Amino acid sequence: MSWSEFFDEYQDPLREATWVTVKLAFSSFGLALLVGVIVVSFRVSPIPPLVRVAGWFVAAFRNTPLLVVLFVALFGLGDLGLVFDFYPTAVVALGLYTGAYMAEVLRSGINAVPRGQAEAGRSIGLGFAQLMRFVVIPQAVRTVIGPIGNLFVANFKNTAVASTISVFELTAQSQRMFNDASAGVWRVLAVISALYLLFLLPAGAVFRRLEARFAIKR
Amino acid sequence: MKRMIRIPLLLLAFAMFVAACGDDDDTSSDDGTGGETPSGETLKVGTKYDQPLFGVNTPDGVVGFDAEIARFIADELGMEVAFQEAVSANRETFLENGTVDMVVATYTINDERKEQVDFAGPYYIAGQDIMVEAGNPKGITGIDDLDSADIKTCTVEGSTSLANLNSMAPDAAVTTFDTYSKCADAMGQGRVDAVTTDNVILLGLADESDGAYELVENPFTDEPYGIGVAKGSELRCQINEILQAAYDDGTWAQIYEDTVGAVASVTPDPPAIDNEGC
Repeated sequence: MSWSEFFDEYQDPLREATWVTVKLAFSSFGLALLVGVIVVSFRVSPIPPLVRVAGWFVAAFRNTPLLVVLFVALFGLGDLGLVFDFYPTAVVALGLYTGAYMAEVLRSGINAVPRGQAEAGRSIGLGFAQLMRFVVIPQAVRTVIGPIGNLFVANFKNTAVASTISVFELTAQSQRMFNDASAGVWRVLAVISALYLLFLLPAGAVFRRLEARFAIKR
Repeated sequence: MKRMIRIPLLLLAFAMFVAACGDDDDTSSDDGTGGETPSGETLKVGTKYDQPLFGVNTPDGVVGFDAEIARFIADELGMEVAFQEAVSANRETFLENGTVDMVVATYTINDERKEQVDFAGPYYIAGQDIMVEAGNPKGITGIDDLDSADIKTCTVEGSTSLANLNSMAPDAAVTTFDTYSKCADAMGQGRVDAVTTDNVILLGLADESDGAYELVENPFTDEPYGIGVAKGSELRCQINEILQAAYDDGTWAQIYEDTVGAVASVTPDPPAIDNEGC
């Protein structure tokens, strides 16, 4: 099979699979951002039970392999009668998993804001929410753009694991193409890898620019 | 000073561990009874570990039709069998890179695979059938009923069953996992309506389900199961001779009855061996 035959045959399935991967990557990452913000606000809140719940959440998801998280979400919950479709299951499982890391990244950013800033905010009468909104988070976010970029890339690559729960994304597509011996395993893998790179190299560049743009000049 | 000693000690411990692992292959060579092949040598066999009736990994070792066939062949070759888990997608790779010497893993012989590996046998003819929930709520009677977007069908990615389904029921709504047991589980949860693959695999799953699943019993293909060996391996013809002897003296039928026979009522005639090139 030549390259042109290869693309004639697989152009459409590859395009569809890439679209699924991109959708899955962005929706799960959006969820991860949301989860991360909520969890970290619990974690740094002055209310001890919330702090503890956030700690458990992070510990649970950071110490379980993603593959296991996905199987628990699909087959584990399914056996308990909670049956969700494959794609939403993948979005939620990935979002919660990456969200736990996101919470830790955001917490490191908050910790990096000098204590004096918070004290200054309190001294002019800001409450906890205002203090976070106007003083701490704007400064914290600047220091964590790089790490968030790393998480975006990691999350994008982790979408490959969704192939194990029947989400037909790029990696699943590559497995199906292995079946066609004439396509050549090396060619399939080269194309699939290139498609991941096609998205992730520019993503890396975007995050580097953002990082430079918002860096705190000290 | 203490700390400086620790690293070389660790390295030494590691080296001893590696060496100890390596020894295993050599020390077991005294217990064989002789033959043309060096006795006690291991025959690395790839088999499935989650295929009821064919290959199941239990605390007492791997059991089932494939496992017993592999043991019988190894015995006849005067070798020790060493099982390793093989899944549908990695069988060719395992043979090509020498991870295993032969694959006995409900391995359907087809031309595409023959380009990558050689097959001894066939040692069994299976047929693709359909498994549904007990009572057949969707009224599925055969492959034609699967050719619809309303019926969700599950099978294994990279399998012949998937290729057959795609060609015989192109409009089927297909769900894939890496093992059939996941497909059965998904059907138990109402995610899919049917599971399709070789009948013997489905019989095993139905047997394990305690009556939750049943077979449509309308097979629509002939799937000859072969024993995969590396391309050009002389093992192929040796295995064929061993199989033929087992067919002739009833050993094959005995193995079948002891394993698959637990569920299947009729023992089939052994298939004709393809001896081309031997």
